[in-house]
Order: sequence, then C-alpha cells, then structure tokens
Amino acid sequence: MARWSMVIDLEKCVACQGCSIACRFENNTPVVSPDEAKNGRAIRWNDVFPVPVNPTEKTGEYPNVKTRYTTRPCMQCENPPCVKVCPVQATYKDDQGLIRQDYNRCIGCRFCTMGCPYGVRYFNWFKPEWQETLSEYRNPDQLKMNGSLEGPAVRPVGVVEKCTYCVHRLFKAKARAEAESRDFRASDYVPACVQTCTGKARFFGDLDDPNSIVSQLAKSPRAFRMLEDTGAEPKTIYLQEG
Amino acid sequence: MQTIDPHDREALIMPLYRFNRTFWVTLVALIVVIAPGVIFYVRQLYFGLGVTDLTRPVFWGIYLVNFIFLIGVSMAGTLISAVLQLMNVHWRRPITRIAEALTVFGLMIAGLQIIVDMGRPDRVFFTFIYGRLQAPLMWDIASLTIYLLTAIFALYLQLLPDIALLRDNIPAQAPAWRKKIYSLLSLNWHGNFEQWRRLKKVITIVSVCIIPVGISLHTITSWLFSTTVQPGWKSTILGPYFVIGAIFSGIGLLFIVVSFARHFLHLRTYISLGFYNNLSWIFIIMSAVWFYFTGNEVLILTAEQETLEFPVMAAKLWGEFAPSFWIMVALMVAATWLLVMPKFLSASPKKASVLQPHVALASAITAAMLFTLVKLSPKVTALAALNTNSILLISWLIIGLLLLLSIASLTRWFKNHLVATTFIASTLVLVGMWLERWNIIIPTVTHARLIPYTIYNPTITEVFITISAAGIFVLLFVLFFKLFPAVSLWEIEEERRSNPGSSH
Repeated sequence: MARWSMVIDLEKCVACQGCSIACRFENNTPVVSPDEAKNGRAIRWNDVFPVPVNPTEKTGEYPNVKTRYTTRPCMQCENPPCVKVCPVQATYKDDQGLIRQDYNRCIGCRFCTMGCPYGVRYFNWFKPEWQETLSEYRNPDQLKMNGSLEGPAVRPVGVVEKCTYCVHRLFKAKARAEAESRDFRASDYVPACVQTCTGKARFFGDLDDPNSIVSQLAKSPRAFRMLEDTGAEPKTIYLQEG
Repeated sequence: MQTIDPHDREALIMPLYRFNRTFWVTLVALIVVIAPGVIFYVRQLYFGLGVTDLTRPVFWGIYLVNFIFLIGVSMAGTLISAVLQLMNVHWRRPITRIAEALTVFGLMIAGLQIIVDMGRPDRVFFTFIYGRLQAPLMWDIASLTIYLLTAIFALYLQLLPDIALLRDNIPAQAPAWRKKIYSLLSLNWHGNFEQWRRLKKVITIVSVCIIPVGISLHTITSWLFSTTVQPGWKSTILGPYFVIGAIFSGIGLLFIVVSFARHFLHLRTYISLGFYNNLSWIFIIMSAVWFYFTGNEVLILTAEQETLEFPVMAAKLWGEFAPSFWIMVALMVAATWLLVMPKFLSASPKKASVLQPHVALASAITAAMLFTLVKLSPKVTALAALNTNSILLISWLIIGLLLLLSIASLTRWFKNHLVATTFIASTLVLVGMWLERWNIIIPTVTHARLIPYTIYNPTITEVFITISAAGIFVLLFVLFFKLFPAVSLWEIEEERRSNPGSSH
C-alpha cells in the first residue's frame, strides 16, 4: 500500500498561485463574490498566503522587512485531528493515508473545521454557484460509490470540503493502468497542483517507497512540517527557504 | 379518590382551568417574540448558513454560545431536586417542580440550538446511523439524550401523585381532553402504601443516577472545545469550569423562574423567603468558585505569554473582547456584592441606621452635582495651577466615596427586599454567564493559527433566532404550568405533615 505524500520546496516557490487556480478548476471549488471573500467565505483548497499570518512574529517596519509566502494544500496528517472529531465518519483516512470527505455523509457540524489547526477545511455557507461561462467548464469527474459522493463532485450547501490530493486522479490512473493491462505505477498519479506548478516546486510520491522522490527529499536537512507542535504529523512536507 | 386541602385546591388547581386576559396577552406576546426567529430560521434553511456572520475561522458562533449557556442553566434541576432530595433538605420541596421543568426545557432548547447550528439538519439522524463513539460530539449527543430522558423521567415521577390528584379533583366544567390526559398519565395511581413505597424508592434511585449524568454532560460539553488543538481551550480547567458555571447560572435562572412563578401564579404562601435565603448561600459559594477559576485562567495565560494562547487572553483583557470580558466581571462583582453585603448587615442592624435609601439617593445626587462641577470647571494648564489639580483630585475622591456610600446605603433596602435583590443578582449573573460563554468561544475561534485574525458580529438572523429560542423556553413554561401545578402538591402536604407547626 502506498502512503501518498507531497513535498513543497519553498525555495523554488514563486507564489504565483498557479496551484490554487489549477486546484479550483480541477476540484470545482465555487467562486464567491468579492464581499463574501472579504468576509472569509472564499474556498481555496490550496491557498497561497504570506507568513506569518498573524502578528505573533515581528516582521519589521518598512523598508527593513522580511516577507515570505507559503502555499498550503491539505496536510494529509498521519494523526489527523479532523478525522478524530467527526461524529459520523464523513471524513476519514483511507488505506493509502489520504484524508477524504464524503459530501453525502457530512452533517455540517463543523467540528472538523475547528479541529484542523491548518485551516484547510472549508464550509459551504451557500449553495455553490458558477457564473454562466464558468459553469460550462466544471470538471465532470467525481467519486461516487455506495452512496458516498467525493472528489470534485459539486457539493451541496451546508457540508465541509477539503483538499484530497485529487483523489479522483488516483482512481482514474488505476483504471487506466487496468485498461492498458499493466501494473499501476506511483508516477501515474499526480495531483493538479503538482502538475501545474510553475517553479516545479512540488513533488509527489509514495513515502513508503524509500527510493521515491518524496522519501529522498523528506530526508533533506531543509525538510520540515507545518505546526509540528500540534502533533498531527503531516504528510505534506516543506523544504525551507535559504 | 384522593382529596386535597380546599385551600390548595383553590390556589393551585383551579387556576389551571382559568384562562384570564393575562394568560392570553402573554401567549400572544410570546408568539410575537418567537415568530420572527422562526421566519429567519426558515430563511437560513433556504439559503444556507451564509446568512449568519459565521466565516472561516469563526465556524462556531452565537448558536454554540446559546447551546453551552442552555446546557448550563439546565443544571439547576439536577442540583435542586436530586442533591437536595438526597440530603433531605426540606426547603427544596416547593421548588422541585420548577427546577425539574427548567432542566427539561433547558435541554430541549439546547438541542434545538445544535439543530439550528448544523449545516445539514436533515441529516441529524446520521448521528444515530453512522455515529462514531470516538467523536466528542457523539459523547455529547449521547450524554444530552440520556440526561434529557432521565430528566423527563424524574419530572414525570415527581408529577405522578399530582396528576392523580388533578384527575380526582377535576372541576366539572373542565374539557374532556384534560380529563383523558390526566387519567391516562396518572397510571392508575391511588396513593396506597405500596405505590408510595415504590415511588419513593424509584425517585431516590433516579436522584442518585441523575447527578453523575448531569455532571458528565457539562464536562463533556467542555470537551467539545478542549479536545481540539485550538488556543485558549485548556483541557484541564475547562471541565470543572463548565460544571461550576452551569451550577452558577442554573441557580440564577431558577431564582428568576421561581420569582416569576411566585408573582404571576400567586404562590407567595407556598414559596417562602427561607428558600431564597438558603439557596442564595449556595449561589454565593458558586460565585466564589467561579471567581477562583476565572482568576486562575486569566493569571496563568497572562503570565505564561505563550505565542498562541496569549493573543486570545490579550484580546479579552484589553483587545476587542475587553468590553464583553470586563462587563462580565463587573456584573459578577455586582451580583456577588448584592448577595453578600446584606448578609453582613444582619450582624449589627442598629449600628448602620444611616444606611437608608434616601441617603443613597442624596449621595448619588451630590456625586452627580460634584461631577458636573468638575466637568464644567474651566480647564487650566498644568503649569499654572498646581493647587487646582489637588482640588480636582480631592473632588474625584469625594465623588468616588459618595458613590460607594450610595451603593452601601442601598444595602438595607436590599436586605428588606430579599426577592427583588435575588432577582436582580440572578439577572446580572445570567447575563454575565452568557457573556462568559461568549468569552470562552468567540475569542478563540477568531484567533486561529494559519488564518488571519477576524471579528465576529452576529447578524440579525442569529439575534432573532436567539430571541426566539428564549421565547420558546418561556412558552414551554407558560403552557406547562397551565397543565400542571407549579408547586408539588404532594410534597407540600408532606412538608406539612413532617412540620405541623409551619403554616401555609
């Protein structure tokens, strides 16, 4: 079994937000009005933002400032705080270590959104809407089995959604490998943000395979995990700048 | 066929069948209060939770505050009816009915708040179908359900002999459906020795059981917060803090409901001042423990200045939550003062004869006049007028002293008006405890880790739904006390038998 992991090299990241846009179109995250976005209602499974986010760290005064950017998909934690608090198992860790979200199961209690220290979980405050042209370019992919509804499927109002490392791409890659009657390779599966990354700052692979690129990079002295003090053990690994 | 004291029958049973103008006016007023909230809720159902001011990271808002608050006030029923029952405290008897009804209705409205807060209320049954027992929310749902069922059972047990009395003493003009209800609910109760023996036994067992259930509910509700890794929700203090807050606010609401029932249902002869006096001691102790916990939390978080926790505490102490925090503290201090000071006065009633309401009025007016003088006096530059400055200082001092005197002078009035004083203090405590729940939840959710700090102002939807919930709470009481007497008939009889000297 694989243990999917992403490595983000912050040295290479140019904060172009390409990953955020690729994610938006891959996963059908709805567009909200500027007012709503200002109100904190924007949904970006993969967000790019300046750090530190809050004034807990001195960033200096102009012109002597220090500015950094980071990009944040779901951390796909080994010890996910969101999964532990879900009352109906609408969010769960599957056998490949991916934290998934079932929109048909979620009751909208928003406990997982409180549980997640990374803020990667988003709630559908309104019914998702797309303006005319945009609605024609929605990704038709979805994961639907045994009453569950996952992946880029259009979400109903009142449920929580999150980055899944494009889990539908994994299923598609496996199906294609089967159709081509060959074995599934880890390199067949790649999330949209990794595929699109301008600076080639993102790497994706299987952490269980010691020769995979992510296993190699995870050993780097620059490797760190976000908010390690929360004990969530993320599988999204960062490589420090500088 | 059981009989009842004719005086009790006139005072407690007959009003159940009289629908006077006050009742209808109350009913219409309550419906007017409730209706907008219902409309706003339907709107919220239609559009989604976006009509609230909940955002990312403020995923939990005023509905959760109400939920915690209502869970808290429902504690009173457990405390009064069970603990005092087991301790065989006699002054509990006239108010057990109100206390137990308070628990049941409080829990019902609390459950309603959770439904209102859910993004998908249509999937509420998923918690029973797919429930994960490892999830804190499931513990809370389980605990709430068990507590509600136990509380309804306890209320019913305590009602049973009274329902039989109502069945046997029903007036001729009563509608047929009420006769049917009473005879159905009385379960063929005839008050023979064996029935009484069994009832007392079951009541004792339920009283024992409901105490851990109640305490667990309040503790588990605190775990909803402390099981997350958010800053400001310390795991160890939150459990006992919630229990204490629950008892504190529960007694507060109990005082208010009892005072209303005493006034509007004319129960002065049944609910004595002794109850107010005795329960206010527990109230004072709870306020002391509350201050102890609050002091602990504030001191530790402020002293330790941890990166994540401290911004939350700073927001409460001098940031954007300072108004709600300091109003809460001021209300609690005022309430404690109201309750404690009259008790001190009793030691020397003659010595403090100066302390009269008119002295209070006089000193307050003098303080106001002096304040106006100070404010109107021309501002002098600091260099020229050192003398003026000291006069100003003395004036401010005198204003402060006069205000203190005016507050102190009211003490005698407070002492002589026990019910009014307790009512005022309870109202202060209730508002303070609601703010406390606000101060626990909102500052933390607005100070998330990787999301910019934000503010939360409830929208009109949230405000009206909250008002509506309060209205439904009152409505349940009004209807319940039209169906059943507000004081327990059989316990009053029991009280008379065990205390033949006391009059009614």
